[in-house]
Amino acid sequence: MGRSLTGSRCLHCGTVAFPAARGCQRCGLRSAEALELSSRGTVWGFTVQRFAPKSPPYVVPEGGFVPFAVGYVELPDGVKVEAVLECTDFAELDGADVTLVATDPVPRFATDQALAGSGVIA
Amino acid sequence: VSTGVSIVGAGLSKFGRQPEKSGRDLALDAIHAALGDAGLEWADVQVAFGGSDGSGLADTLVTDLGLTGIPFTNVKNGCATGGSALMSAMNAIRSGAAEVALAVGFDKHPRGAFDPRPEDWGLPTTYGEAGLMVTTQFFGIKIARYLREHGISERTLALVAEKAYRNGALNPNAWRREPIPADEIAAADMVNDPLTRFMFCSPGEGGAAIVLASETAVRSSRAVRVLGAATRTRRFGSFEVFSPSIQGSGQPSSVSADAAAAAFAVAGITPDEVDVAQLQDTESGAEIMHLAECGFCKDGEQEAMVAAGETEIGGRLPVNTDGGCIANGEPIGASGLRQVHEIVTQLRGEAGERQVHQGRRAGPSIGFTHVYGAPGISAFTVLAV
Repeated sequence: MGRSLTGSRCLHCGTVAFPAARGCQRCGLRSAEALELSSRGTVWGFTVQRFAPKSPPYVVPEGGFVPFAVGYVELPDGVKVEAVLECTDFAELDGADVTLVATDPVPRFATDQALAGSGVIA
Repeated sequence: VSTGVSIVGAGLSKFGRQPEKSGRDLALDAIHAALGDAGLEWADVQVAFGGSDGSGLADTLVTDLGLTGIPFTNVKNGCATGGSALMSAMNAIRSGAAEVALAVGFDKHPRGAFDPRPEDWGLPTTYGEAGLMVTTQFFGIKIARYLREHGISERTLALVAEKAYRNGALNPNAWRREPIPADEIAAADMVNDPLTRFMFCSPGEGGAAIVLASETAVRSSRAVRVLGAATRTRRFGSFEVFSPSIQGSGQPSSVSADAAAAAFAVAGITPDEVDVAQLQDTESGAEIMHLAECGFCKDGEQEAMVAAGETEIGGRLPVNTDGGCIANGEPIGASGLRQVHEIVTQLRGEAGERQVHQGRRAGPSIGFTHVYGAPGISAFTVLAV
């Protein structure tokens, strides 16, 4: 499907940013190129959103709010990206390999179990 | 070693819900309490710094304090507002621009979670639509990973919160004065795993003010010396609230570790010399992590420290003796100066039922404050009598 997140890489020091940087957080220079980030990574840290966030701005999904996991996915490019995490059981998330499944409205990754099918939480 | 600056007055408003008072009223209460404590009047103050996150501009307080014409600078640094104001006041004295300076912080937040706008944080509005503009998620993610990495139990989170409410019960000015047993804290509604409702501070109401003076200008037996102070913003690779990503590889950097090291270096002392400490406890996990980030222990040692009661009022390193943010609530602008007020009170031996070193030959002589705020600011003081 060619789905990927677009970040940037600093042409001076190689630092990878997401979203694309206006200036490099490491070296401060403004020369960067667009970079399509890897679509596979591992869960670096996560929590579970147990209550419905305030609406607005939160848009409650059709069918109502259900608790969902949110965390950071460490990508081989050298950046950890915040994402909603799809899984079949929150317990499977720690250190799990995950795959990008959506880029909008925010990055969304899924565990292999969630990709395989039934009982997905998110 | 000394900065040449002393705290000569410290004052608080009442903390907790006060429907009859505005945020500015709370600031005025705190300022008058601090001036009274110092034995000074508003006309003696030569420069002032202060701020609130959502209750108006501090420099408008002169309307009700007196129009003395002094420079009064507004500060807005999130939870570190009070710390930044204090640092600025201190630097004004050190530069020779003033001999008596005031720092004030105040806020009056509505009930419920903070309501940040993605665009104010440089994020697309989609982060709000997807439910990611929730401050508590950051704390949950950070402490969940920390517990797993360092073998700390979720029970310790409950014990730290239990201590906060127990200390709050001893503090006549605290908002939460009912002790809550650890079992009840652990069994409360989960907000963001592993943190339950009773492990978090709540947005609250309060004002705090500190009067500083050059050591030569004001001599008082109740003065507390500022041995060192530092504020820092985050370095590359830090992990903060509302970060769409964490850049760099390996462990994130810590602004609190950077600033604590700087404050201790200026003060010329080491963490093991501290008798009483105030550490930012937005939630109980933050107190646990900040113990290590500020240099009071190694990562993972907190489990045994807390179990042994070392951070209790009667322990080796009493932490958040006034009940911290958890028992006092979080009026964003005020918290950093409330912490300083508590350490000043402890070092003067005026903390009543919650006084540390009770029954010992010598009272506490060195105290430490740490405030941490979004998006990655830490402010510290090392204080001494």
